[in-house]
Amino acid sequence: MFKLLKYSLYDIVKSRFAILYSIFMVLVAVSIYQVSEDMSKVSLSLLNIMLMIVPLIAAVFATTHFFNNLEFTELMLAQPVKRRDVFLSQILAVIIMLSAAIVIGFGIPLIIWGADKAVLTLLGIGIALSVVFAGLAFLASVLTRDKAKAIGISLSFWIYFSLIYDGFVLYLIYSLADYPLEKTTLGLVFFNPVDLGRIIMLMQLDISALMGYTGAFFQQFFGSAKGILLSSAMMLLWMLWPLVFAMRIFKKKDF
Amino acid sequence: MISVRHIHKKFGKLEVLKDFNLEFESGKSYALMGPNGSGKTTLIKIILGMVIPNSGEVLVHGESIKGNFAYKTNIGYMPQIGRYPDNIRIGQLFSMMQDMRPGIKDYDLELLEAFGLDKIMDKPMHTLSGGTRQKVSAALAFMFRADILILDEPTAGLDPMAVETLKYKIKKERQAGKLILITSHILSELDELTDHAIYIHEGEVFFNDTITGLKDITGEEKFSIAIARLMEWSLKKKKNKTDLSHV
Repeated sequence: MFKLLKYSLYDIVKSRFAILYSIFMVLVAVSIYQVSEDMSKVSLSLLNIMLMIVPLIAAVFATTHFFNNLEFTELMLAQPVKRRDVFLSQILAVIIMLSAAIVIGFGIPLIIWGADKAVLTLLGIGIALSVVFAGLAFLASVLTRDKAKAIGISLSFWIYFSLIYDGFVLYLIYSLADYPLEKTTLGLVFFNPVDLGRIIMLMQLDISALMGYTGAFFQQFFGSAKGILLSSAMMLLWMLWPLVFAMRIFKKKDF
Repeated sequence: MISVRHIHKKFGKLEVLKDFNLEFESGKSYALMGPNGSGKTTLIKIILGMVIPNSGEVLVHGESIKGNFAYKTNIGYMPQIGRYPDNIRIGQLFSMMQDMRPGIKDYDLELLEAFGLDKIMDKPMHTLSGGTRQKVSAALAFMFRADILILDEPTAGLDPMAVETLKYKIKKERQAGKLILITSHILSELDELTDHAIYIHEGEVFFNDTITGLKDITGEEKFSIAIARLMEWSLKKKKNKTDLSHV
């Protein structure tokens, strides 16, 4: 397992994409740090960029990587190694590379200009979202035999969770504005990893006061130990279920 | 050594293999033939555990391959098209493959040296030509002195000199008593390298006997013409499979 991972990781790190992605992250972080001195503003800007870009890159990169490495996967499957290990080494290499790009990209400016708890949470959310979307992308990849189709499905996941889902939630809140919806919205947030990440982050910042009664309710919930536990558990579930399903299908897939 | 028993495989609605039975014995070398899409590669992939059959079982050395992966230590496989990670060097690829078989320490480097791959160990895989990749695949298939060699179109894309080197190696391993399974469309090559012909037609074994037996039955002296005759028969959908076999 670790032998396989070592080589997949080596291959992925040597690819130009890993370096480009890290440089892009550094540039984004540095330029935002240059604009403002206020840490919470910096975190907020970084958050907005992260919530859009990180899932997109994770989804597209993981799908392309899976299909570009398909022949290599076939070669591995003809060797005396477990199917599970082949799958895990592929996905872990992608996850480690994406996380490393975020840590390096955001980490270098952090070392230079300093950080607070909010920025560290942001780093964690970035890694979590990379895992979620890499998992969804692998799930899409094992479900189809066609690269274009798999990229299409991965992108639909991204569009759905980044844009459509929010639209749906807003519509619900507006049309049912007369009813108390705090708990419903809280429940809905749990079904979207991007929103979950956003809320966890926003609660770290002071601006939750601007979000009215719902904001106060969220602040109370996510500020409590139970809320933190529940939201992290939910995030973990989002990180795990696509991987578990993808692995199950991978184990029975024909190559 | 390898028994394929009652294998059924469907891809969607397409039945690739129907109640497929075959025995491969050690010390013999088999030519696996059949028109494109007849199920040759699917059969090989089922033996290697890359494709999972809908029903039936495959035994290698008397053990079922289901949920088993250790048996692959004993198989040297050369794929039709060998594709490798772009950024890995040849030397790293070899050491990776060796890492996966920690039990084997005694490597057969004959092909590696014959192809001159030992001089280009630090070249990344993506800079290699198709033929050189094929050489790497061949060197890997023979490296671990496996008892079973499965070669899917081994000489496709190799230059004439390399083809001879590879053929020489295959003959040598054949004399050493290994089980060799070759698919190819180059009939002269199969005539030279194998003694047993298996002809698959639409997912069923149409012919399974020695090459001399094949020549007797078809009444042809030349292997290529005998095979052509066999193909004609299979296209006429003759169902007298049993009459055709000496076994």
